[in-house]
Amino acid sequence: MRPGSIEEASVAMRELGAAGRAMRVRGGGTKRGWTSVACEVELETSGLAEIVEHNEGDFTAVVQAGVRLAAAQAQFARAGQMLALDPPLSGDGGEPAATIGGVVATADSGPLRHRYGGVRDLVLGVTVVLSDGTVAKAGGRVIKNVAGYDLGKLFAGSHGTLGLIASVSLRLHPLPATHATVQAQGDDAAALAGAAARLAALPLEADCLDLSWAGGTGSLLMRYSGPTAAARAGETTVFLGELGLADADVTEDDDALWATQRAAQRRDDGGVVVKVSAPPSQTGAVLAAVEALGGQVVSRPALGLAWVSLAPDDDLGERVERLRAALAGAALTVQDGAAHVAARWPAPAPAALQVMQRIKARFDPARICAPGTFVGGS
Amino acid sequence: MDSGARGSTRDLRTLVARMRQIVGDGWVYTDAHELRTYESDGLLQYHAVPAAAVLPGSAQETAAVVRACAEAGVPWVARGAGSGLSGGALPVPDGVLIVMSRMKRILDVDLENQRVCVEPGVTNASVSAAVAPGFFYPPDPSSQIVCSIGGNVAENSGGAHCFKYGFTTNYVTGLELVLPDGELVQIGGKALDPPGYDLLGAFVGSEGTLGVATKVWLRIVPSPETVRTLVAFFDSTRDAGQAVSEIVQAGIVPGAIEMMDQLAIEAAEPMARAGFPVGRRAALLVELDGAARECETRFEEVTAICARCGSDDVRVARDSAERDRFWKARKAAFPAMGRISPNYFVQDGVIPRTKLPEVLARIEQLAGEYGLIVANVFHAGDGNLHPLVCFDSMIDGQAQAAEELSGKILEACLAVGGSITGEHGVGVDKKKHMPKMFSEPDLDCFQRLRCAFDPQGLANPTKVMPTPRLCGEVPGPYRQHPLEAAGLAERF
Repeated sequence: MRPGSIEEASVAMRELGAAGRAMRVRGGGTKRGWTSVACEVELETSGLAEIVEHNEGDFTAVVQAGVRLAAAQAQFARAGQMLALDPPLSGDGGEPAATIGGVVATADSGPLRHRYGGVRDLVLGVTVVLSDGTVAKAGGRVIKNVAGYDLGKLFAGSHGTLGLIASVSLRLHPLPATHATVQAQGDDAAALAGAAARLAALPLEADCLDLSWAGGTGSLLMRYSGPTAAARAGETTVFLGELGLADADVTEDDDALWATQRAAQRRDDGGVVVKVSAPPSQTGAVLAAVEALGGQVVSRPALGLAWVSLAPDDDLGERVERLRAALAGAALTVQDGAAHVAARWPAPAPAALQVMQRIKARFDPARICAPGTFVGGS
Repeated sequence: MDSGARGSTRDLRTLVARMRQIVGDGWVYTDAHELRTYESDGLLQYHAVPAAAVLPGSAQETAAVVRACAEAGVPWVARGAGSGLSGGALPVPDGVLIVMSRMKRILDVDLENQRVCVEPGVTNASVSAAVAPGFFYPPDPSSQIVCSIGGNVAENSGGAHCFKYGFTTNYVTGLELVLPDGELVQIGGKALDPPGYDLLGAFVGSEGTLGVATKVWLRIVPSPETVRTLVAFFDSTRDAGQAVSEIVQAGIVPGAIEMMDQLAIEAAEPMARAGFPVGRRAALLVELDGAARECETRFEEVTAICARCGSDDVRVARDSAERDRFWKARKAAFPAMGRISPNYFVQDGVIPRTKLPEVLARIEQLAGEYGLIVANVFHAGDGNLHPLVCFDSMIDGQAQAAEELSGKILEACLAVGGSITGEHGVGVDKKKHMPKMFSEPDLDCFQRLRCAFDPQGLANPTKVMPTPRLCGEVPGPYRQHPLEAAGLAERF
C-alpha cells in the first residue's frame, strides 16, 4: 500500500481501521530488524516524498514523511543549512535510505544530539493521520510556539503505534563550514569516562562528545565547529593531557571518524544493538558492563545514552538480560536484532504505562497501528 | 451558592471538610476576603473567585486533594506563583484552586549528572542560584524572580535566551505528577529518553489540563565562559531586522537578540536611564555567550554586521554594570508603558523572522485604524512579538477597541504562518483565537490527549480549548487483536 498524498493516506487508514487490519508504516526500511512482530499491511511512505517548504531565511522546513533524510540534508546544505539530526542512515552501511518519517517515529539520533538535542527538540509541528482517517496537525512552522498540545513530541518515538506521521515541520541550523575533532585513546575505561565527564561540565559548546569502547581499549572524541574550531580543539588536547590522556590529537578532516561512530549504532549480522538510557554519571559503569560482556559500545557521555552492540551468539537474549541486571536503573531498549530477544523494551512504571495505554486507546481506537511493537511487553 | 451542574453547596461543604482533613484546617481558605488574593493571575482583566483554595504541603496531600475533587466531581485549577499572562491559573468559580506555593524545596542538586530536582513552588531564579557559578538553568522568563517551576512546566515558559537555549520543555527530564484521578505517577527522572510515549513532551506546556506536577527534574548546563553584549541603534526596524537575519545567516547563534521600536525606547529610557537615544526608530540588543575564543571572534562579526546594516551607533557594554543597564532598558519596556498609557494589553504572537518588516507595517497600519498606540518589543531571533496595545479604560469603548486590535494583530501573525502565542500560553485569554490557528480535526486530536489524562474534564476545564468538549467513552470493550491472541504481541 503506497498512498501518493495525505488525502490518499487518510482514505487508506480509514479503510484499514474499519476493517481492523493491522498495519505498519514503512519508510526506508532500514530498521526492520527493530521488531519481530508481523503486520498484515505495510503502508509505504515513499509516495509522500515532497519537501513542501524550505524557508531559508527562517531556518525552517516542512517535509513529508517519505523524504529521505540524506536528500533533505542535500537540499538544506545548498543554502548553508542543516537539520541537526545525524542518526545512522542505513542498517547495513549501504544505501542511506532512512526517511524523515522513520527517524522521527523512532526518535533515532546521532552524535549531533550532544549540542542540538534530539528529534523531540527539533520538530516544530506535525501532521498525522489516525486510524479513523482523521488528518490533524499540531504545533506550527515557527521556532517558538506554545499554542495547543505538543503532539509532535508525543508522536516522535511512538514507533508508528499512534498513527501515521505524514509530515513534520522542522527547525534548521547553520551548516558549519569548518570542523575539528580531538581524539584520545585509552585502555582505562574509567579514565576515559572521567575525562568525558570533565569536558561535559565545561562551557565548551562542542558539537559532539562521544566515547567508544571495545576489547579493552577505547577512544574519546570531541568535535568543534566554526571559525575557531581547530584552535579550541588544540586547547582541549592540552586539557586532556592534564587529565592523563597524553596522546590526544586533532583532525580537521574528520567526517570519517564520525561516520564510524554512527555506524557503530547499527548491526545487521544477526547480533543485537541495545540502546542504554541512564544518568550521565553511569557512563563508566556502562563501559565496564560492556567490557565484562565482551561487546562494543558507542556512548554519548554528556547525554547518558549509549548503544551497546553484541555479536551474533547463541544466547543473545541471556546476554541482554545480564546487561540489564548489571545496569539496574538504566532503561535498555533492543534496536537491531529484536528477534533474538524476548523483551525488547524495558518496563515502564505501571502507572505511566496505564497513561500510555489510555493514549493509545484514544488515538488508535481501531488498534491497528503496529500492534505489539511498542512498550508494554514484559 | 449552588453552582448548578457541577455539584451542590452541600457537596462542596463535604469536599471542603475532606480537604481540611487532608491538609489541615489552616491550609484551606473559603472566606471570600481570603480568596480574593487568588482571583486573578498575572492577567488582571480576568477574575473569578473559587469555592475554596487549598495549599497542599506534599505530593501525597496534592494527590489526596485531587482525588477528593475527582470523587466529588468538582473542577480544580492548579496555581503556581500566579504570574502567568494568559489567565491559565484563573480559578473556576465553583471549583477548587490548588495553590502549590508551599511546596518549594530544592530536593536534589546533582552537579555530576547536571540535574536538579525541585518541588513545583521553587522559583525559576532560585534554580540557577542553587547551581551557580559553574552551571545555570537557561529558561528565563522575565518574571523569573517570582515565577515558579511548576508554572513554567505548565506553560512551557521561554524567555529572552531561548533562541539559543530552548524552552522549559527542552530541560525537563522527569516529572512526578498527580493525574486528574488522583493517581501519583513518575515519568522520566535523571535519564533522557524514558521508555514509551514522550509523556514529558505531552505534559510540559499543557497548561494545567493534564494534571499537576509535584516534583520536577531539570537539566542544567555549564555557565558560559564569556558574555558579550551590545546595543545598536537603527533608523528603521527594517534595517534592524536585516541585521538579525544576517547574524543568523552567518551561523551565529546569539544568547539573545532583542528589539525595541521607537515607542518602546521612549517609554523605557526615562525609567532605565540606559542612555538610549530617544528618537531612534529601533534598538537591537545582541548578547553572545559561550566559549571565550568563539565569542570574541563572533562578536566582531556581529558589530560589523550591525554597521553594514545601517547602524551608526553601536555600543558595546564595557562591564557588567553597563550590560545590566542595557537589559534594564529592555525589561523596563513593559512597566514603563504604565507611564505613557493608563492601560495596555501585551500580545505574544510569533511570526517567521523574515516577515518582520511586513508584520510591523501591518501593526502600524492597524494601530492607525483604531487610533491607538502600539509599542513593540520582541525576541527578534525567534520572531516572538510582544506588541503593547495602549488604551485608557476610562474612555468609553477603548478597552474593547484595544482587545479587538490585539486580535487583529494575532490574525496578522497567523496570516504569515505564525502562532497566536510563543510563550504566554493560550489559557483563557487566547482560546477564542484557537480556531483561527487549528482546524476542527486538529482540536479534536488535542481533545483525545486531554481525555486520555482527564476523562472527567475536571483539570483546568475552561482553558485552552475554544468551546467546552466532553470525552466520549473509548469505543467498545477492548478487542484483542489476532496477533495478541496468538501470543505474538502485547497490548500495543
